[in-house]
This record gives sequence, structure tokens and C-alpha cells, in this order.
Amino acid sequence: MNLYHYASPSTFYPLAGKLIPWFAALAFILTVVGLYIGFFVAPTDFQQGEGYRIIFIHVPAAWMSMFIYVVMAFWSAIGLAWNTRLSFVMARALAPTGAMFTFVALWTGALWGKPMWGAWWVWDARLTSELILLFLYVGVMALQAAIDDPRRADRAGALLNLVGVINVPIIYFSVTWWNTLHQGSSVSLTRAPSMAQTMLWGMLIMALAAWMYTIAVALSRARTLVLERERQTEWVRAQLEGQP
Amino acid sequence: MLKFLFTVIRRDVLLAARRRGDWLTAQFFFVMVVSMFPLGIGPEPSMLRTIGPGVVWVAALLASLLSLDRLFADDYRDGTLEQMLMSPSPIALLTLGKAIAHWIINGIPLLLIAPLLGIQFNLPAEALWMLVLSLAIGTPILSLLGSIGAALTLGLRGGGALVTLLIMPLYVPALIFGAGAVEGVLSGTGSEAHLSLLGAFLMMSLLLAPWVSAMALKVSVE
Repeated sequence: MNLYHYASPSTFYPLAGKLIPWFAALAFILTVVGLYIGFFVAPTDFQQGEGYRIIFIHVPAAWMSMFIYVVMAFWSAIGLAWNTRLSFVMARALAPTGAMFTFVALWTGALWGKPMWGAWWVWDARLTSELILLFLYVGVMALQAAIDDPRRADRAGALLNLVGVINVPIIYFSVTWWNTLHQGSSVSLTRAPSMAQTMLWGMLIMALAAWMYTIAVALSRARTLVLERERQTEWVRAQLEGQP
Repeated sequence: MLKFLFTVIRRDVLLAARRRGDWLTAQFFFVMVVSMFPLGIGPEPSMLRTIGPGVVWVAALLASLLSLDRLFADDYRDGTLEQMLMSPSPIALLTLGKAIAHWIINGIPLLLIAPLLGIQFNLPAEALWMLVLSLAIGTPILSLLGSIGAALTLGLRGGGALVTLLIMPLYVPALIFGAGAVEGVLSGTGSEAHLSLLGAFLMMSLLLAPWVSAMALKVSVE
């Protein structure tokens, strides 16, 4: 198997086209299962009542928002190091989805915060870092949108992305330092989860669904970007004439 | 190597000294932004003392951002920048020199004005010293990180507003540690930890920022 083979836009385009329906279907099924578990199977929380059920959307969205930024940085680094066009396309295709998840995490966080803390917005460490993460996404997308030359836009966005990813831990640390007022993380890798088994399953399935959704959406966005950038090439003409 | 660095710094400082209007704008912007807060919030001394450190620090961020889009833009427009990039010296030294010059032109005057503004906000003397000290460690960070943004947005339309969007989130740690140090003096909890972290952030910016903004310059100019 040769990785360079898949890095070529002419191979990627049809392959992604074949993969997208699978990921989309998986995302749909997992969402249905996850939401069913979340809303009907999982028990009512003895402290937070029914309101806690928003975590089935909130937590996966928050996870994805951070994870996607790191994945973008990964593609950016590969793109800068090996000069592969497709890496930049992937980094760029992921950005709007990451920003969307960040926004969803903030929004559902506000909805959750109102009954739990009695306020839509509290300036605590996690909310604040999530807000700054949203700003970082906006910055990368604004920079890419402002540059007309795709080559320069890719590289500039990638550099900013890498600077951001180095800064994220520092920002997170500084914000935690600034305010340590949050309920402790309820899912951790080191100690046993303090939540019911079904709740955990619901959350993990929803997280998987978010993954599948992200892959499907990013691939289809990447396909469009590839098509736009390679519009002068032979293979695009062959592709488009092949399927009218 | 060092000679090149000093030449870059000296050239930029000289240019700024001969065009005073340019850099005075950012300084007066700083003073005005700070003075707007009591007008918006009310003149109650205890309230002003609480918000003082944060307001001065945020205004310093804004003033630094305001002057950033000209960091490379003038040299880019008349072609000097391309000549500089062709020199055998490393580009990171050029960006480092530019950032240092930006700090000398925009950062040091800020340090000198800040105590006056602190007095307006009813800060006690020890807090005023801490404000100057934290700004002295913090403003070089603003210039260094800002040089990355200036290099990335070189020659773009709406460059000024765009720099703000890109760089402001990266300033967050400097703001927190800097304003926190002054806050530590006011509340009596001490500020050594804040200052150490601010210093660490400065060291990291000093190591990485010139190099990254050199790469950004290459991307923008090629």
C-alpha cells in the first residue's frame, strides 16, 4: 500500500465519494441509537434531574471541538513538512465543522448552566477556554477567507493553526489558573467513571456518531475543494463527463 | 549576526522617530481607551481600583494590535522587505529585530504612561510599580506574537482588523498573568507566581515567535 497513491487528488476524489455514504449512514444510525439511550434508557440523575440529558450532545461536541483542532494541526504540520496539497485541503475542510462543534458545546453548555448554576454564562475555566477555542477557529477561517491565492491561504492558515495548537495548553492552563470554579471532570481515563454505565454508553455512542459525522462532512467538503482547485486538470474533466 | 539585528532595530526606530505622528497615534489611543472606562462605569474609587489593572492591560493589548499592521507593511509596499529577505542573514533575525523595534517604539512609551493611568484608577503605589513591571515583561510578548499576525496578513485587505482576530486569542495568557500580578498586589496574595509564568511565556515567545513569523513572511511574500 502506497500512501502517496491516496494523497493524489485524482485518487482521493472518487475514493472519498465512495466512503462518504458509509460514514454518513453510520453517523445517522449511531445518533439514533445514542439519542435513544440518552433519552429513554439512561436513568434520571439523582441530583440534576432530567436536565442533565443535554450532556449526550454537550460532551461529545466539546470533545470533538478540541479533537478537531488537533487533527487540523496534524494535517497542517504534514502539509507544511511534505508539501502535500491534500493535507491542507483536509485541514481546511475540518475547520468549519470544528467551529460548529465548539459553538454547539458553548450553546448546550449555556442551556445546561441555566438550570444547574442558575446562569446562562459563568466565567469558569472550561467555558472560557472553549470560547477562546472558538475565537481560534474563527481566526484560522478568517485568515483563509481573506487570502485569494489558495497556496498562500493554505500555508498561512496552517502556520496559524500550529501556533494555536501550541498555545491551547497554555491558554487552558492560564484560564484554569485564573478561575478554578468548575465541577470536576466526570469522565476521566485514570479513575472509574462516577456516572451510570448506560449514561457512559450513551455518551460514547454519541461521541462516535460525532466522529462519523465529522468524517463524512469533512470528506465531502474536501471533495468540493479538490474539485475547485483541480478544475483545469484532465481527470476532473473525465470525472465530470463520466457522470453527467 | 548581531550587527544585522542592531541594524534592523536601529533602522525601524529611526524611521519611527522621523514620523512621530504614526506612533503617537497608538499611545494616545491607549490613553483614551483607558479614560473611557471611568466614563462608562462611573467614578467610584473602589470600583475603579478593582478594574484598573485589567483595563490598563486590555488597553495595552489593543494599542499594541493597532500599531501592528504597519510592522512589515511599509517595507512590503516599497519593496524593501523583499530585498531584506534576500540578505544572507537568517530571516528570524529580521523578524526578531522588527519585533524588538516595535516594542521600543510602542511598548516602552506604554510603560511610561501606565503609572499615570494607574493613578487615575486610584491604584496604590506598590500596585503602580507592579503594573509597570508586569507591562515591562508582558509587552515584549505582545510585540513578538503580534509579529506573527502581521507577517501572516501582509498585504491583505482589511489587514488591521484581521490581525486583531488572529492574535487576540493568543494574548490571553499574557493578559491573565499580567493583570493577575497587579491584582495579586491589590489583594495581598502576592504576585511572584504570576510574574514567573509571565516570564516563562516571554521566554517561549522569544524562542518560537521570530522563527514562526519568518516562515509566515516567506509564505506571504513568495
